[in-house]
Amino acid sequence: MSQSVCIISTRAPYSGQSAREALDAVLVCASYDVPATLLLMGDGVLQLLKGQDSEHIPRKNLSAMLQVLPLYGIETIHVDETSLLERGLDAGELCQAVTVVSQDQLPLFIGQHSKVLNF
Amino acid sequence: MKFALAVYGAPANSQAPQSALHFARALVAGGHEIVRLFFYQDGVNTATAIAQPPQDESDLPAQWQAFIQEQQLDAVVCIAAALRRGVVDQTEAERYQLPGSNLRDGYELSGLGQLVDAVLVADRVVTFGA
Repeated sequence: MSQSVCIISTRAPYSGQSAREALDAVLVCASYDVPATLLLMGDGVLQLLKGQDSEHIPRKNLSAMLQVLPLYGIETIHVDETSLLERGLDAGELCQAVTVVSQDQLPLFIGQHSKVLNF
Repeated sequence: MKFALAVYGAPANSQAPQSALHFARALVAGGHEIVRLFFYQDGVNTATAIAQPPQDESDLPAQWQAFIQEQQLDAVVCIAAALRRGVVDQTEAERYQLPGSNLRDGYELSGLGQLVDAVLVADRVVTFGA
């Protein structure tokens, strides 16, 4: 099985540095030519909420940073459907197009990767 | 089997570095190989030389260091995460003109690429403190 990494990011965008540091791990995988997938689960789905204005916290806007992924060859962000539903969100309310993964598909989806890094 | 361990929690606010140490000891006892320890996020605080827990509590940074040195393990601390949290070696202290350095002997500051490299080499990657 060729190597690929699923990076699961589970924290809200400005809750500590977790989301930022998970994204860094995705970018470093990509820059090492290791196929990497970003899967947002739990509060991680909040990272893609529209209208983030983090200037007053003050923090860098994470949703803007997530938009660089295509430049690294990562065309889509995967989002856990159950986590969206639990938070009353719809994929259409997110600030970019995502691939929604249903609860049924989730084990298979994660299992397609040779390694998983949890954040 | 080859294992890589990633530690994300700090000794003072997470059970992660303690659990990781127990797991690492069990790996060695079971005859497995630890290809790399990677300290990331708040886990970088495990590598500070200037934490002093109360004498009647376990000194996790000291225990980790002793284990790393005894087993001659490759222990990498993410440089970006460490700089952000105030864990620096002599080189970085001089580079940024900081008043001191505090990285314990036995650890090396390096980039996230070392985590990716470990992920590729290891049969299993186990993360603590996600």
